[in-house]
Amino acid sequence: MSEPRIGVYVCHCGTNISQTVDIADVCGFSKTLANVALVKEYKYMCSDPGQETIKVDVEKNKLTHIVVSSCSPLMHEGTFRGAVENAGLNEYLFQMANIREHVSWVTEDKIKATEKAKKLIAAAVRRVVKHQPLKPTEVDINPDTVVIGGGIAGIEAALTIANAGKKVYLVEKDSTIGGHMAKFDKTFPTLDCAACILTPKMVSIAQNRNIELMTLSEVEEIKGFVGNFTVKIRKKARYVDEELCTGCGDCEKFCPVKNVPNEFEENLSNKKAIYRAFPQAVPAVYAIDMAYCKRCGVCVKKCGKNAINLDAKDEVLEVRAGNIIVATGYDLYDNKKYLEKYGYNTYENVLTSLEFERYTHASGPTGGKVVKKDGTEPEAVAILHCVGSRDVNANEHCSRICCMQSLKFGHLVKEKVPGAEVYNLYIDIRAFGKGYEEFYKRCIHEDIHFIRGKGAEVIDTALTKDEQGKLIIKVEDTLLGEIRRIPVDMVILSIGMEPSKSASRIASSLSLSRSKDGFFLEKHPKLAPVATATDGIYVAGAAQGPKDIPDTVAQANAAAGAVLSIINKGRVLLESVTSTVESSKCAGCKLCISVCPYQAIEFSDEDKASRIIEAMCKGCGTCVAVCPSGAITQKGYLDGQIFEEIEGILQKV
Amino acid sequence: MAEEFEPRIVAFLCRWCSYTGADLAGTSRIKYPANVVPIKVMCSGRVDPTFILKSFADGADGVLVCGCHPGDCHYNEGNYNMQKRVPMIKDMLKGFGIEGERFRLDWVSAAEGDKFAEVVTEMTDEVRKLGPLNWKEIKEAVK
Repeated sequence: MSEPRIGVYVCHCGTNISQTVDIADVCGFSKTLANVALVKEYKYMCSDPGQETIKVDVEKNKLTHIVVSSCSPLMHEGTFRGAVENAGLNEYLFQMANIREHVSWVTEDKIKATEKAKKLIAAAVRRVVKHQPLKPTEVDINPDTVVIGGGIAGIEAALTIANAGKKVYLVEKDSTIGGHMAKFDKTFPTLDCAACILTPKMVSIAQNRNIELMTLSEVEEIKGFVGNFTVKIRKKARYVDEELCTGCGDCEKFCPVKNVPNEFEENLSNKKAIYRAFPQAVPAVYAIDMAYCKRCGVCVKKCGKNAINLDAKDEVLEVRAGNIIVATGYDLYDNKKYLEKYGYNTYENVLTSLEFERYTHASGPTGGKVVKKDGTEPEAVAILHCVGSRDVNANEHCSRICCMQSLKFGHLVKEKVPGAEVYNLYIDIRAFGKGYEEFYKRCIHEDIHFIRGKGAEVIDTALTKDEQGKLIIKVEDTLLGEIRRIPVDMVILSIGMEPSKSASRIASSLSLSRSKDGFFLEKHPKLAPVATATDGIYVAGAAQGPKDIPDTVAQANAAAGAVLSIINKGRVLLESVTSTVESSKCAGCKLCISVCPYQAIEFSDEDKASRIIEAMCKGCGTCVAVCPSGAITQKGYLDGQIFEEIEGILQKV
Repeated sequence: MAEEFEPRIVAFLCRWCSYTGADLAGTSRIKYPANVVPIKVMCSGRVDPTFILKSFADGADGVLVCGCHPGDCHYNEGNYNMQKRVPMIKDMLKGFGIEGERFRLDWVSAAEGDKFAEVVTEMTDEVRKLGPLNWKEIKEAVK
């Protein structure tokens, strides 16, 4: 074989790299490295001209291997592999040196940064010589998709995919789909009714032949990889046969258990043990809450369709799917101690944002009236922004919806109780979306009071006559520069978003990473905002981070589009990182079999050696590390390649 | 004043959690010492003890391995397999007269850019205190 001729490309990344790393020095150093035939620097290697340079140089200079030192391989390895392939080389005869995320952005001293960049380039240059041409494994894509979560994100994603003619399993943990949005009355900034947008979509889910809806269901385990997942789903007993139930409601009428907290109504009212979350629920069938059911059997007798079986059991199903969309949404911050300082649970007229949503909803516990617990209308209402958000004592992130939601609440109070005083206590008004600033202006003109300052506490100790019988909010008005006491009759806490309570369970069963705030981590905020680090698993809606309905719907469609794009292609290329056993070296100790998490290694009695089933190997390389005979190698991570990296890093620069 | 000793430290980072965490330190512009130079592996379970020994033999003053937090491994248990090797590695290093503190295994998630910077800073300080590893002398002594 002829001598390797390596092309080294050093990217400036605008000034992101060049302001900390001495590019000329790095290029000069690179030229001294063994097998390097060409060194070039360029402002943006990932750009079209940058990639084109590689193509031209490979031909002109007979380059055999390429090293690009730029950003993280997690960002642009795919881009450059494509360029290398376009240039006529095998895409694996390429290595990246990450001199941006791991050098220029994290190092203050220019000399030290330049030195570290040289080490990384030396490592890459030495490593790439040991690269072998590889072929990514091509696998077929199962065209079915599992969508986890039946809120507006999951509904939208499922409909988009199903409308393209592809099968979707929509898995929802509650008895109905609809999520939080089903609880809302009006949506900002247009004030159109949430139900008018949502319920037709819910009905479409029920009617779409390509959608298999699984309610009261949770994903328990996921096996496999992109294109070929096996998803284990626990379908909890509903005790009412979905096929037989007509939703007539006779069972509910006669059910004697009346004191079941109604979660859909934020526990503001009670429901019966046999229930339907709300009249437009999908599926439009009943379910029994066994924690409260007394098993009296009245419902069983009253049901004309014989749809009720009190001895029904959970079912565990396995479905196969090519892609998964995680749309598990959010929950409200609910730290009791934190909320206590705002009088929540102490004063009956302190409400959470979701409770107030139900108050304003025509079919809510007050029939849409804004009234105090005693049934009378409030004279003054305060809305406290950023409760549990932008707070080092709770969550530091901004929940993004609370400002607009609070403005909407203010508007609704003014509409429903004309003459009531409304106070918005805010840190900043973040009216960032389309039409949002206009809505804010509108509220200002509706004579809503805006006080800049975060509500500190809610008390009922009156100091003046005006404060008698009122709830008093203590706040530092940061525009006036003074502490104020605002007496009101009702307080609405605009509570921030947290990842859904199920997020940690989902994260571990799907091996998904979460960002510091606990929301699922996208692969890249701009390059791949709905993908996750695991191919074939996407994230949409508030599961990825706090967001409002328009953004959620947009993201759901983005995720659906990404899935459809893979399905349409029919096949996907898997990174070639699997392991193989050289049977002549294998001593047959079976240590590898004991550490493989995927049962991908079997022992061949014929060869008296272990054998790796490539389709099941995911390429962790643990077996390679434990093999005492050195009989196992991992593609792309050969011992020899890593040894070269070690030597490169430690060589004199 | 004598020039401060700058230790050379090789880090093996798993691709899913710790390498991504190190990337996050970058995108968050968190500054840390340039002494630790990373090598990407698919899983901390891939880190063969020979990688660690070779690093020391080739002149490293310290070796750092970072993987996903227990329970978070992309491959379910690769990090546990790495963890199981630690006593053996420490014993082996002891046999060579290499201080145990020159080797560190830690967990850094994809969300912990700040923790990655912290671990790197601590490790650099610690190894700096220990001073250069004189492998030649050790080899002589072993003979």
